[in-house]
Amino acid sequence: MSWTRTYATARRILEQLRHDPRTLALLLVVPIVLMGLIAWIFPAHDFDQYGPPLLGIFPMLVMFLVTSVATLRERTSGTLERLLAMPLAKADFIFGYALAFGVLATLQAVLVSGISFGLFGLEVQGSAALVGLIAVTDALLGTALGLFVSAFAATEFQAVQFMPAILIPQLLLCGLLLPVDQLPTVLHWLSYAMPMRYTVEATSVVMTAATVTSTYWVNLAIVAVFAIGFLGLGAATLRRRTP
Amino acid sequence: MAVDGVSFDLSAGGVVGLLGPSGSGKTTLIRCLVGVQIVESGSIEVLSEPAGAPGLRRRVGYLTQAPSVYGDLTVRGNLRYFARVLGAPPDDVDRVLAEVDLQRDAESLVGRLSGGQRSRVSLATALLGKPELLILDEPTVGLDPILRRDLWALFRRLAAAGTSLIVSSHVMEEAAHCDLLLLMRDGRLIARETPASLLARTGAGDLEAAFVALIDRGMG
Repeated sequence: MSWTRTYATARRILEQLRHDPRTLALLLVVPIVLMGLIAWIFPAHDFDQYGPPLLGIFPMLVMFLVTSVATLRERTSGTLERLLAMPLAKADFIFGYALAFGVLATLQAVLVSGISFGLFGLEVQGSAALVGLIAVTDALLGTALGLFVSAFAATEFQAVQFMPAILIPQLLLCGLLLPVDQLPTVLHWLSYAMPMRYTVEATSVVMTAATVTSTYWVNLAIVAVFAIGFLGLGAATLRRRTP
Repeated sequence: MAVDGVSFDLSAGGVVGLLGPSGSGKTTLIRCLVGVQIVESGSIEVLSEPAGAPGLRRRVGYLTQAPSVYGDLTVRGNLRYFARVLGAPPDDVDRVLAEVDLQRDAESLVGRLSGGQRSRVSLATALLGKPELLILDEPTVGLDPILRRDLWALFRRLAAAGTSLIVSSHVMEEAAHCDLLLLMRDGRLIARETPASLLARTGAGDLEAAFVALIDRGMG
């Protein structure tokens, strides 16, 4: 793996997005509009309950979709084949994407958190910045998951289907609809395998306690480990030779 | 697609033409040489290293059949990125732009270019870093006669400077530009000789007729 090539790849991806302002706008605006909608639907008390976890989940969904389609495009256009015939390590490619979309994910998460707390009147007991940190980590996790699953998709149609297949079960079991300890036993155990569960746990700490506890950091670290793990898997499942 | 019993030597500074109808296995053979094809059995060595070896990735330039460049980057943006990946000097971008005569379009988005221009951007990418061996999969397909002529002049120029080229095509008239011909059909190599010897052996008037004669007489 080489830093120069990883960085060159990340720069190239951001340069591509610069030429595609509509995608960029959608990426940054959609989570904000969704949060605005949630703020509008719920009375303030309920918004404070559902808003913070969703603040992390929306960027994750968006980044997942964008990343999986972007990498699939590299596969179908032949640019990935060309790159892998060049002195580019598989990790350069994966981490280049992670870096570029990480920058975007951070921007997106900071924007949506800032506006939710500043404009939509979202309130938590703890620090809003810590909720923002979860949102950034979640967006990175979305990127990592998107990179990983795109290896299993042969077409854009398939890639897009992975969103409901991978993310909706997590949404159902993460504790947002029903606290995880009230889930049927098997589903309760399954929820441990789902990274989204830990983001909801970390968020609920900030929502209920004025001071940050170790529970927050442990859960946040688990999400980060999931993200790094999926990036590694993404690099490992990338094949130089294809049929 | 199976490719059987293909082996050939290529000395430095020559153009080998890989010819055959669509579906004869040209692209499969090329992908094997570059090391991006899963090979079920057999061994392939390129420049005395196993095909696809990490050491070869800088020494072999590869042009995929469909233009594989980024439509949402400028011509220069594409070349700058691939040059960085190859570790080629930054001024190499201007050199390859001149080679394929695209200087005027350097700042255009590739997605807005014509098909012919796009395939030249892809070719320019393969030239980055001055590889010893260029493997080009149908570089002239779909181009107008003037461009085809210019590209063949470029290939001859590169060969004269010591680069070895493997160029695939399904247009037999292009075979005349090559030093050595590999004729493929149904995944098999049916001839490996110079254009002159192919004409002499078959007694055909042109290379197209020679190829047909070869198949008709089962001379492969």
